[in-house]
Amino acid sequence: MKSSDSSSKHVFWQHAEETIEQNALNSLQLSCLRETIQRAYQHVPFYRTRCDEAGISPEKTNSLDDLKKLPFTTNDDLRAQYPYGLLAMPKDGAIRVHTSSGTTGKPKAILFSRNDIDNAANLIARCLVMTGTGKHDILQNMMTYGLFTGALVMHYGAEKLGVLVLPVGPGNTDRQISFMRDFGTTVFHITPSYALYLASVLQERGIDIKKELHLKRAYMGAEPYTEETKDKIERLFGIDVYNSYGLTEMNGPGVAFECQQKNGMHLWEDYFLMEIIDPATGEVLEEGMKGELVLTTLRREAMPLIRYRTRDITKIIPGPCSCGRTHRRITRILGRSDDMFVVRGVNIFPQQIERVLMSIPGVAENYQIVLDSYDHLTINVEISKNIFDGTIEHLLDLQAHIIDKVRAEILVKPKVALHEPGTLPISEGKAKRVIDNRTI
Amino acid sequence: MDKIMQISVFSENKPGKIEKITRIFSEKAINILAISITSTNGFGIIKLLVDKCDLAYQELQKAGITVSLSEVLAIEMKDSPGGMYEVSHILSKHGINIENAYVYVVESRTRAYLLVEVKDIEKAKEILAHEQLTFLNLKSC
Repeated sequence: MKSSDSSSKHVFWQHAEETIEQNALNSLQLSCLRETIQRAYQHVPFYRTRCDEAGISPEKTNSLDDLKKLPFTTNDDLRAQYPYGLLAMPKDGAIRVHTSSGTTGKPKAILFSRNDIDNAANLIARCLVMTGTGKHDILQNMMTYGLFTGALVMHYGAEKLGVLVLPVGPGNTDRQISFMRDFGTTVFHITPSYALYLASVLQERGIDIKKELHLKRAYMGAEPYTEETKDKIERLFGIDVYNSYGLTEMNGPGVAFECQQKNGMHLWEDYFLMEIIDPATGEVLEEGMKGELVLTTLRREAMPLIRYRTRDITKIIPGPCSCGRTHRRITRILGRSDDMFVVRGVNIFPQQIERVLMSIPGVAENYQIVLDSYDHLTINVEISKNIFDGTIEHLLDLQAHIIDKVRAEILVKPKVALHEPGTLPISEGKAKRVIDNRTI
Repeated sequence: MDKIMQISVFSENKPGKIEKITRIFSEKAINILAISITSTNGFGIIKLLVDKCDLAYQELQKAGITVSLSEVLAIEMKDSPGGMYEVSHILSKHGINIENAYVYVVESRTRAYLLVEVKDIEKAKEILAHEQLTFLNLKSC
């Protein structure tokens, strides 16, 4: 769906910064990179050792290419340095901590100074304006408030822009619906799994979304999802959905965001230096090749991160964007190196399966991938209510069709179990789609 | 001939579905006249002929059950040797294929109905109207 709000297409929050010329951007990046290395070298023993070992010092950083001499910062490094190991300023300068949940062991803690918070909010303001949101809008924030960055960073950015914010958080769906009605919510920030659930509840309650509510657009993030899921949500709500990319380690949401062209997400290159690497070898790949996104913060005060491996798989979209912004775009996240699982020796990303399922009429929103052995996988699929006509043949056809399409995509033949709508677990936060029961 | 509707319910292969349906029917005083259960490839379909079809459909929907309504032929037959042969002979003579069938016995050893699902029910009804057959009329049950 293309936005009809064309009048706001060429509105910018920071026109000069968002349309900066390549040369000016590069020299800005270089000076910011020097400052970042300087700050890290001076205050963080972890980075000082790394720089010394690599023969890098702030003075010897003469080009952006010198960055390649430094090793990557990883998840494990962040955990090992938890909680204050990477702090690059006196503790009294830090005013906020966010954490990223780890499934095992220690969490990752990210510390923010006042300027860091303000910068994060500023980038969100850019993103919101870029998608047509303005002061007149009313944003219902359905992300989890707390240690997770998703809700708070969006909240600060929207407030900075002057949007009226409803800090509802996720869940309590009937209350969400009342607020949407009572306050005339125009924009919402949500996880895709909750968006699908919200749509089904609105349907159950018999609410005509397009007539009774005033929704115009939504920002989705925090979980991997496919373009098909996004399209489905746009159709269900009759709105524009904008992909948002972020991670706690880099402020949270607003690192990269779709403009109204909806063809990739502009990554704010005056705040982050991006590289795409081969996840296996660490080699930096050419523009346009698919690989793991590696980010270096350029303005972080409290906790600069150098060459942080995001684990997110994407690629840079070469060429300019007709919206006028010069910051290069990345594609939606194509997978996470962490989510990948292996069946019969084949590497499989859950997103591949989701993409197939969402393209098949008759398949409802929830699904589960269950791994009981290394030889096969079972996909639990909900049929949609309206395709059930009491004929067993139609269900058998649907089952066979799903098996064929999934096999064509992942090259492994799955078992497909059909379930009644609404019977598979949904979560009002991050949905757990892969159940791995295997023991090594 | 009366339009006879059957109720079909989607069922995963796990215990409790029939119990849930029959509890609803029991609470709403809905009587089951005939039932058939088919299961295959990890799921099944339960087909039911009931006395209050519309109410049953509404109540099942309200309970979140995946349910659909479809028309069946309900052809009277003698509940004695040869009864089903007479009916199936007529169907076969006209090339009407039985997709699925089950039986509603009204009076044991006397009268029963063969409930038949066919691909093109309108056409089948048209053909069978010329035959000496009696069809179920639920109002008289």
